Amino acid sequence: MKRTLRIAIAAIALAAAPAAFAKDREVSIGLQAAVTSMDPHYHNLSPNNSMMLHVFEPLIKRDANQKLVPGLATSWKAVDDLTWEFKLRKNVKFHDGSPFTAQDVAFTLKRVPNVPNSPSSFATFTKPVVDVKIVDSHTLVLKTATPHVLLPSDLASVLIVSKGAGEKAATEDYNSGKAAIGTGPYKFGEYVPNQRVVLKANYGYWGGEEPWDKITFKILTNPAARVAALLSGDVQMIETVPTSDIAKLSKDPKFSLVDKVSNRVIYVHLNQSTEKSPPFVTDKSGKPLEKNPFRDARVRKALSMAINRDAIADRIMEKKAVPAAQLLPDFFYGTSKKLKPAKFDPEGAKKLLAEAGYPNGFAMTIHGPNNRYINDDKIAQTIAQFYSRIGIDAKVETMPSAVYFTRASKLEFGYMVLGWGTESGEQGSSLRSLLATYDRDKGMGVTNRGRYSNPEMDKVLSTALVTMDDKKREALIQQAAEIAMNDTALIPIHYEVSTWATAKGMKYTPRTDQYTLAYELKPAK
Amino acid sequence: MLAYAIRRLGQSVFVLVLMSFLVFVGVYAIGNPVELLVNPQADEAERLRATAALGLDKPFLEQYWIFLKGAAGGDFGKSFVFNVPALSLILDKLPATIELAFVAMVIAVLLGIPLGLVAGLKPDSFAGRAIMAGSIVGFSLPTFWVGLVLIMAFSVHLGWLPSNGRGETVMVAGIPVSFLTADGLAHLAMPAFNLALFKLSLLIRLTRAGTREAVLQDYVKFARAKGLSQTRVIGVHVLKNILIPIVTVIGLELGSVIAFAIVTESIFAWPGTGKLLIDSINQLDRPVIVAYLLVIVTLFIVINFVVDLLYSLLDPRVRLGGAAAAH
Repeated sequence: MKRTLRIAIAAIALAAAPAAFAKDREVSIGLQAAVTSMDPHYHNLSPNNSMMLHVFEPLIKRDANQKLVPGLATSWKAVDDLTWEFKLRKNVKFHDGSPFTAQDVAFTLKRVPNVPNSPSSFATFTKPVVDVKIVDSHTLVLKTATPHVLLPSDLASVLIVSKGAGEKAATEDYNSGKAAIGTGPYKFGEYVPNQRVVLKANYGYWGGEEPWDKITFKILTNPAARVAALLSGDVQMIETVPTSDIAKLSKDPKFSLVDKVSNRVIYVHLNQSTEKSPPFVTDKSGKPLEKNPFRDARVRKALSMAINRDAIADRIMEKKAVPAAQLLPDFFYGTSKKLKPAKFDPEGAKKLLAEAGYPNGFAMTIHGPNNRYINDDKIAQTIAQFYSRIGIDAKVETMPSAVYFTRASKLEFGYMVLGWGTESGEQGSSLRSLLATYDRDKGMGVTNRGRYSNPEMDKVLSTALVTMDDKKREALIQQAAEIAMNDTALIPIHYEVSTWATAKGMKYTPRTDQYTLAYELKPAK
Repeated sequence: MLAYAIRRLGQSVFVLVLMSFLVFVGVYAIGNPVELLVNPQADEAERLRATAALGLDKPFLEQYWIFLKGAAGGDFGKSFVFNVPALSLILDKLPATIELAFVAMVIAVLLGIPLGLVAGLKPDSFAGRAIMAGSIVGFSLPTFWVGLVLIMAFSVHLGWLPSNGRGETVMVAGIPVSFLTADGLAHLAMPAFNLALFKLSLLIRLTRAGTREAVLQDYVKFARAKGLSQTRVIGVHVLKNILIPIVTVIGLELGSVIAFAIVTESIFAWPGTGKLLIDSINQLDRPVIVAYLLVIVTLFIVINFVVDLLYSLLDPRVRLGGAAAAH
């Protein structure tokens, strides 16, 4: 009985063996989240944006550090405050052989705000453009209603589709591959929702030949399954290596690991919307406080100083995190080198609390998600431990992101652990979303769940957002960041470090935007 | 029989409507899908646009009414996330799940009943004790752990079986199945065994208990006294009499294996509905959640109906529904 079973398993294994070894110019990659569509304008979501960059290209690309570099546009400049001129790349062909021209860009800008049923559209990026003028087949002039300095950065998020293939196409036609015609290095092969995406090389690519004939992306959401697939050779590369497996994989000679600090900061918003106690903040006997302690900059600073960021990065994150002082690591545009992570100083924090009128501390509940960021629930628990040392009774409640974010946006919590990835790669847009005074209609502070408000910072920031000169603007953004951070407008904890693992010999160029791009993966020699 | 079937159908429709309403209320209470779908950088206009595009701007009861009207015509709405009809998303993935569940059940039945018989007939022998000890292990080990151990053993160390996904499929009557190809079987072996393990242990214990009780009964002694062969005594007299509880459990468990193969599916990245459901719940993709649960409830109803029919075949004393009144 046992022997027959063993023979049967061996027979099955033998039959399957050829499938287990990838061919030279083919590669399989394990992704952590589903790609929800092959329509580049349907859903503004990181896994989609990363996948689409293989098939489609923007006018302006972002390099591994999210600096803007020429893509389908070879150059761009602001003619005046409201006018931008783009020179397009010549001799670029779509996958169906048709040439790329200014018509395709104009068509794309028209299509973006009009994708039916889009759960999160890219219209935010195209809205500033009020008029599109085609000067000649490879020159384009865009007009904005108000000075919009972030236009190049916005357009880096808009992928150009072919007018010929896209004119009558709906999202379904992109998913089936019929309309998924771009200029990128890879062509659409197959798309099976929640399961896999197959891409094939575009041999006529203007940027030169790519090392892969065929790429298979497998959706492996379970972290243990993702690692197992790499160990068994079913995939040659995975993204987001679980922190608990990093030590083991880095010792294994069959694999290499690469990592890079990302544009995602893990931070705390303190609910300052109420005059009296914010939700879940009381004195130690459970009675509401007379004043909202989070409105006092000294309390905010004390709460920041009480956190040992190095300990979190070393122990909880297995060194895959960098202590944070602002909203982006300090090599990004608009970040200030003067800002340093708050020093761990529980005694100083106690003194500040006493000065602010809370010598015996108070009680609160720390809220956070438990399935959104790397080790999010452990971070919340660790912070609570630190607070007990300065006399604050901190309870912890974490919940799935499906529940958490809805409630956080309704300001149902007091102390909220959150994360923010800056897709634009410049700090102005993060300050605008997270810390500018809340005004949804103007698009200011749309994700300011702490409702921090500082007219001085608002003023500097809004000047920065209309300053066309890159140097002057950067100085203003830095100034705004310094005002906010010295006021502990929010508590930055750390920047996540993203990790990729590949089979030995393959080289991946890691990126700050956490994207997994097969064209940045070079095969083993 | 016909009256019974019609009454059953009426009950089923009521259950389905009630179920859909509960799920609707549940998902509504959990949170707002727009919070998760819309890019956090989006402004108010974009939020309103997305809310309207998904039909979430209407009052709750109106949303439910729109759903009911669509559902009556077989339209369960489009997935918020994937923008494809929810039902077709599920039906695309269902064959994979059903195949996995059936193969797991076949493994459980083919191994579980014979092993249970052995353990029941010779409870004090070494084999009997070993089988019972094995079944305790099968019962108590968590599925995800066994799955990972299987992967470590057969994929990573031995390199015999692929660690994830579904193998090559062939079409049988318009349904893609993978158990007819070698590649498909290789992919199927580990997840099916992993899923079968718990049911296998359950069947062993159930069969053993039934057997031990049955062998002491007078009719078995009488059959033996009549000089019938051991095979006939066990195969016909014992086995047939202990099958009723076993069939009930197989029926119920088949349903639950289909509906809740989630852990196994996510560890082996099996492209079935369980994985889809978990992802949909995380994203609050209501049309998919509702359609999935309705499909599963329908499956349970059908399976229970088939189980009832099987009773009447196995035990002639059982009459279905209304016929009982005639006695």
